[in-house]
Amino acid sequence: MKTILTIAGTVIGMSLMASAAHAGPTLDTIKKNDYVRCGVNTGLGGFSIPNSGGQWVGLDVDMCRAFAAAALGDANKVKFVPLSSEQRFTALQSGEIDVLSRNTTWTITREGELGALFGPVTYYDGQGFMVNKKLGVKSAKELNGATICVQPGTTTELNLSDYFHGNNMQFTPVVIDSLAQVNAAFFSGRCDVYTDDASALTAVRAAAPNSADYEILPERISKEPLAPAVRQGDDEWFDIVRWSIFATLQAEEWGITSQNVDTFKDTKNPDIQRFLGVTAGIGKPLHLDDKWAVNIVKQVGNYSEIYERNLGAKTPLKLDRGLNALWNKGGLMYAPPAR
Amino acid sequence: MTNSQSRAIATAQTSGFSLYDPRVRGLAYQVLVICLIVGGAWYLISNALANLARQSIATGFDFLSRAASFDIAQHLISYSSASSYLRAYEVGLLNTLLVAAVGIVLATVLGTAVGILRLSGNWLVSRLAAIYVEVTRNLPLLLQLFFWYDVITVTLPGPREALSPLPGVFLSNRGFMLPVPADGPALLAVAVAFLVAVALSVGVDIWARRRQYATGQQFPVAWAATVLIAGIPILAWLAIGAPTAMDMPSLVGFGFQGGITMSPEFVTILLGLVFYTAAFIAEVVRAGILAVSWGQSEAALALGLRRGQILRLIVVPQAFRVIVPQLTSEFLNLTKNSSLAVAVGYPDLVSIANTTINQTGQAIEGISIIMAVYLTISLLVSAFMNWFNKRVALKER
Repeated sequence: MKTILTIAGTVIGMSLMASAAHAGPTLDTIKKNDYVRCGVNTGLGGFSIPNSGGQWVGLDVDMCRAFAAAALGDANKVKFVPLSSEQRFTALQSGEIDVLSRNTTWTITREGELGALFGPVTYYDGQGFMVNKKLGVKSAKELNGATICVQPGTTTELNLSDYFHGNNMQFTPVVIDSLAQVNAAFFSGRCDVYTDDASALTAVRAAAPNSADYEILPERISKEPLAPAVRQGDDEWFDIVRWSIFATLQAEEWGITSQNVDTFKDTKNPDIQRFLGVTAGIGKPLHLDDKWAVNIVKQVGNYSEIYERNLGAKTPLKLDRGLNALWNKGGLMYAPPAR
Repeated sequence: MTNSQSRAIATAQTSGFSLYDPRVRGLAYQVLVICLIVGGAWYLISNALANLARQSIATGFDFLSRAASFDIAQHLISYSSASSYLRAYEVGLLNTLLVAAVGIVLATVLGTAVGILRLSGNWLVSRLAAIYVEVTRNLPLLLQLFFWYDVITVTLPGPREALSPLPGVFLSNRGFMLPVPADGPALLAVAVAFLVAVALSVGVDIWARRRQYATGQQFPVAWAATVLIAGIPILAWLAIGAPTAMDMPSLVGFGFQGGITMSPEFVTILLGLVFYTAAFIAEVVRAGILAVSWGQSEAALALGLRRGQILRLIVVPQAFRVIVPQLTSEFLNLTKNSSLAVAVGYPDLVSIANTTINQTGQAIEGISIIMAVYLTISLLVSAFMNWFNKRVALKER
């Protein structure tokens, strides 16, 4: 029902919105509101989920905080808008949120037809299958005839169809909008298989009461680059989102953390001086002050800190960095020069 | 009539066209209102198109012919992920119509029964009916859907430990599996024989009425119809060699194959809609029966009619007239409420449209299609029920 309301809201919003647009309306709105409205998942461990104290935590959530730290100088000035997989793009299109940071896969259709523009990838993922160990299945190729739980309106739903038809296998989809409901359906045994991004499966399994009974099959059937998205037509805000993420990567590369950032003030490295706003220049291209990158590192941390805090070995998810390591450590994470 | 009014009329009569003429003024206001509505609609549509173009969001209905690329669990017509979005919408529409049609029939039967039971002289029976009505009517339907879904998926065992109350019937959290006759042509022959029997029964009824009007003699129509409807299909079945082969569901790999399967999602939405709407229908039926004054039943008793005859010949025909308009709105409610199916994963029209909107980003088109379809269904149901209402309404001559 909420989906319909959101969509109806979009329709009305699209009709009433003034058609004249000037440069950078999103940043103006954010400054006027004094908070960033960030679309996040309704509850996915490691990415965006409320903790026992009611605080939103997760990789996607921390990225929202980084955007707020850059734009407003305060990482706490974020209003989180939990969205289902079906609501997310309409919420972005209608202007209900400023940025969508909700484990969303970057695809050509979403940029070309949904009016979204994706920033840098924050997590490289791939779609996998989770099954109950009792089934004795060891490979996705053995899943012919299975009943499969999947969320609607996702790339997962499309990849699933392609993979099964490509391998000449049959399946019965059980398609439920709400993440909580689809989890419940899988753990009650309504489905043999649960398919989603491997990181999401790990998170769902970690939250299950009898998590040891389930295993994730080795196959990764797709590339799922998860990235935050903004509306098209506002390059200023897009640049802020993009460079906020690069700043977390750059800080990791230089070994600057939220703990030691102050010790770097006296550095002789001109690149780092500029990055930290000791010498002027990094703020102007984004129409922000020179302290935006320092604010991110100080208040949110570098990418490694964000990762370890939410997904790393000390969390229930225990996900290896893998593709998400820095480029000079065998991963794909690479920030262009901030100069 | 006031002075100014008579002067206005006088002016209108003399000049032929005047702003003082109430008809001219009325017309002018109507034209003005239409202009405002059309202008407002044009403004909203053009503005929406401009905004969509600015944000690079696709518009138009071209997407309907593209491949949908997602799978749908329950499809009454052939469908695969290579089919078009239009086909996906058709699948969704048929799923909506299926659950609405089955739901309306079952809710009417259950609702009528409960409505009559609530008026029963038996204290326990009428109390139980009242409790049922009050509980289901006063809980949100969405909550009831979640309840039924949990009942089915959590309490029923998995497919390998499925309950089998009858041979070939399996109940599990994958749905209800039922055997069907394996012989297609035989099934068709029996179905045709059934329709013939129904037609014959109607004929017998008309003949019996005419005869009663003419001669006063009665004919046991109910018995005759029962014999015809039960007998002719059995005769047809015997005539084609009494095939007994059944397509039995059996456990293969992950689940059941063969027979027919009612998915938990279908059963959930059906149970939810039937139990919820039947409570309202029960109240409508009770009100209809109470609307027939008790004096008529007393008069009928005095004439020596039996209880069953009073209900059938005196009370129900009159109650029916009162009930039909309210039933129409309950049927419409049931049809529209079927859109809640999206919450429990039944692939109805709204569910398919939501997925389509998400894959194509074309929310305005998708919502327009949903609205147009529901409006058409509702108006058709409404038109039929109005026609039916006119037929059964009291003919005043």
